[in-house]
Amino acid sequence: MLQTLSTFLPELFLALSASLLLGFGLSKTQDRSVLVRYISVGVLVVFAFMGYILDRPDGTSFSGLLFNNDFSDFLKAIIGLAAAAALLLSKNYFQKENLDRYEFSVLTLYAVLGMSIMVSANNLLAMYIGIEMQSLALYIMAAFNRDSLRASESGLKYFVLGALSSGLLLYGASLIYGFTGSLDFETIRASIALTGPTTGIIAGMVFLLCGLAFKISAAPFHMWTPDVYEGSPTPVTGFFAAAPKLAAMAIITRLLIVPFGDIIGQWQQVIVVLAVLSMVVGSLGAIMQTNIKRLMAYSSIANMGYALVPLAAGTIAGVQGMLVFMAIYIITVIGVFAIILQMRLRNGMVEKVSDLSGLSKSNPGMAFGLTMLMVSLIGIPPWLGFFGKLFAFVPAVEAGLLWLVVVALVASVISAFYYLRIIKTMWFDEPNREFIRGPRTTRLIAILSIVLVIPVLIMPGISTAALGLAESAAQALFAQ
Amino acid sequence: MLEDLPILSFITFIPLAGALLLALFAWLGKAEGREQLERNAPRAALVISIAVLILSILMTLDFDSTKAGFQFMEDTPWLGGGIEYRVGVDGISVLFVLLTAFLTPFCILASMTSVKKRMLEYMIAFLVLETLMIGVFVALDLILFYLFFEAVLIPMFIIIGVWGGKNRVYASYKFFLYTLLGSVLMLAAILWIYNYSGIQLGERTTDMRVLIEELKIPGGAQTWLWLAFFASFAVKMPMWPVHTWLPDAHVEAPTAGSVILAGILLKLGGYGFLRFSIPLFPEASLNLAPIIFWMSVIAIIYTSLVAYRQNDMKKLIAYSSVAHMGFVTMGIFTFNMQGIQGGIFQMLSHGIISGALFFCVGVIYDRMHTREISFYGGLVSKMPVYAALFLLFTMANVGLPGTSGFVGEILTMVGAYQVSPWIAFGAAIGMILSAVYALHLYRAVIFGEVVNDKLDDILDVTRTELFILGTLAFFTILLGVYPSLITDVTAASVEKLIADFNAAQIAAGVQ
Repeated sequence: MLQTLSTFLPELFLALSASLLLGFGLSKTQDRSVLVRYISVGVLVVFAFMGYILDRPDGTSFSGLLFNNDFSDFLKAIIGLAAAAALLLSKNYFQKENLDRYEFSVLTLYAVLGMSIMVSANNLLAMYIGIEMQSLALYIMAAFNRDSLRASESGLKYFVLGALSSGLLLYGASLIYGFTGSLDFETIRASIALTGPTTGIIAGMVFLLCGLAFKISAAPFHMWTPDVYEGSPTPVTGFFAAAPKLAAMAIITRLLIVPFGDIIGQWQQVIVVLAVLSMVVGSLGAIMQTNIKRLMAYSSIANMGYALVPLAAGTIAGVQGMLVFMAIYIITVIGVFAIILQMRLRNGMVEKVSDLSGLSKSNPGMAFGLTMLMVSLIGIPPWLGFFGKLFAFVPAVEAGLLWLVVVALVASVISAFYYLRIIKTMWFDEPNREFIRGPRTTRLIAILSIVLVIPVLIMPGISTAALGLAESAAQALFAQ
Repeated sequence: MLEDLPILSFITFIPLAGALLLALFAWLGKAEGREQLERNAPRAALVISIAVLILSILMTLDFDSTKAGFQFMEDTPWLGGGIEYRVGVDGISVLFVLLTAFLTPFCILASMTSVKKRMLEYMIAFLVLETLMIGVFVALDLILFYLFFEAVLIPMFIIIGVWGGKNRVYASYKFFLYTLLGSVLMLAAILWIYNYSGIQLGERTTDMRVLIEELKIPGGAQTWLWLAFFASFAVKMPMWPVHTWLPDAHVEAPTAGSVILAGILLKLGGYGFLRFSIPLFPEASLNLAPIIFWMSVIAIIYTSLVAYRQNDMKKLIAYSSVAHMGFVTMGIFTFNMQGIQGGIFQMLSHGIISGALFFCVGVIYDRMHTREISFYGGLVSKMPVYAALFLLFTMANVGLPGTSGFVGEILTMVGAYQVSPWIAFGAAIGMILSAVYALHLYRAVIFGEVVNDKLDDILDVTRTELFILGTLAFFTILLGVYPSLITDVTAASVEKLIADFNAAQIAAGVQ
């Protein structure tokens, strides 16, 4: 019992804090949103480091429903920090838009709780519960600005398509249950080892992957992404772009490596197809976009494609590469949204790429920062994005997927075009307006992200430490 | 003495440190001090680049040209997994470092008067660019090399795009996307080599010394890898038919940008062939050399003809650069002493001459704000000193004996003649054509009567311009009459390159 508790402690902490905060918010007549937000940020930061501070032995809880190891600790750390950053970013926006409610912070905590269950799920049912818990919170967050037609539409769209993906997921899970007799990851693996990949198992696995591909918005399941990104309030979009993507990527990884680890031949092609389509759709789709949030939506589709490339290798180095890539992507994307949130004129937010024109004159610091982030997204060395791609692509080459890497590299050249357009707009065009000065927290988060993106992390000591964490996470997954 | 210091790191990173310092001043400084900062930025940049030049000269003097191996080696752990920070120079790269350090102060000097806006950012971009270019030449690790090679794109994109002419956006995009597409293919090849080194040597590494000495890549794979590297270097070079970004970039770039572009960036491709393609893929290099020869000859003749038809002076010189780079590739792929030595010599001398020619264009562009050849005429009566200097560089560009242009061209042609007289013949036609377009340019701009009223008040070169052009003229002639200054330094390394190459061919023949 005690052991169960210790492995479940971070989730328990999160669940209790969220519920207490909910009660706290309800009990007071005056508005407590600011206080609740700061407490939530604190909770998330504590949650992020809990796994590493407690330093528990690996172990299962709830009769094997959840399994906690270095892999889930690593992911919880990044998810917690990303969510904390996104929550901080939302403060000013919601205050300015008169939307600031304490429920938003509580919803964020519940969403993170769902993600946390996702990344340590060791059972198809636990996985499903985690995904639903996360998604339900996210649906509400997408439509948080309920008086806005666009936000309501995006929430509804997200909900309907999310429900469809849940259906696929459940259907796949039931097929797997029917053909292996279990929902437990390790039992499924043992069962597959006995029977081999029968048609039913493969069909179930493909349904599961399709359902999860919705969550990471990999093409051809990406349709919801641009609309939801555009319609949701900007801080919510920033939140969507980071933590949930990582959580979904993690559960895909766990699914592929643990229950289906022995039939890599069966799933590799699925991942490769998803990767290629995502990279192509993401890099071509963004070219014509004028709204920067839509552009970032397509960019995220392309980046999920890159993240799937090392996963297709199905090796320890591959998982490590994926984790490194995703961590770097999240750092960058949070920085980008921190800057998008500063695109505010006197009469409200703007989100067209052309609104950035001449930024290098009107606001050199912001222009410089966004340039750094864009260059990192293109993947030009020595910016951090290049190293993300480097560590993602080396394992794929190792696994004999050189052609996939070439496709990824060509896609990154195509996507360079639209990132460059943003740089061009800021530097080469004449300014036509001036943004009001952004709030301090937003600027601070942007600066932090920019400092990380500029090659601080490639200094010898830091880089090896960071890579070591990702490596032990990947090894833990394979040791399971 | 210098062996104990990380001198190469100093040379590489001092400009970057300077750029960061300038950026820091701009960030922390008050708005009122901005103007002063703008005014002083070029001076600071000049001091920094001169310091780098002095260090480079010291390093070159200390360089032992009798040894073939790498000197001033530094080896520090970096990313792990065999990817380390390794820098060093040998006879081939040391002079390119010197050339970069030599041209940058002149560029900064020339920009002081000609750049009108955002001086501070311009200087920062230039200093960053210097770090990256030197880094390319000293990097001895594939990933590190790629890092510098690719990063050059960003400051160059900004320099063309912000300070360029009318069509700058188009030109900067074209430059960026062309070269990026070339380089990512090279990245794929680098990743393959990295992985293959683990299979063959037991431990993955990107150490160039190890890869050159020990890695034996099978013949079939060599061809693909060679082509991937070729895609990158050919675009950077640029070789016909992927040269079309160059004239656009040159026309739109500010004067100093053109100088750097022609003087150093074009050499990255040739240097890449020498450092990577030939030692790593000797068999493929030999097999594919005929393609290079014909592409070079086509480039020499075709672009010379195109150059003749240009109305824009910068475009004309840009096309002539493509033709001259044709001599370089031709020389390098002869795999004999004269050819390769000639190729290197041609690159260095072209760095000086084309840089000087772009400065010459910049001089009259600053005064008249047009580069149309038809606008000018009869400048000799208004600007005698300028006319004399311009004549010298034009003749050097044609390859007149006594100038450095001649040495490079004759060496590469002698080298090519040993491989195939026809190739040398084609290149010789190109030399005649180069006289046609260069003299056409000179006649139209300098000789004749002053027809255009606007030219009545044009002034001759200022002291700064005279200093820049005079120094470059001095080196053009010095290298023309005393070429051993360069060839002695490169000889040992080139000999080793050729010896390794021949040994690899024999080994391949035995298998």
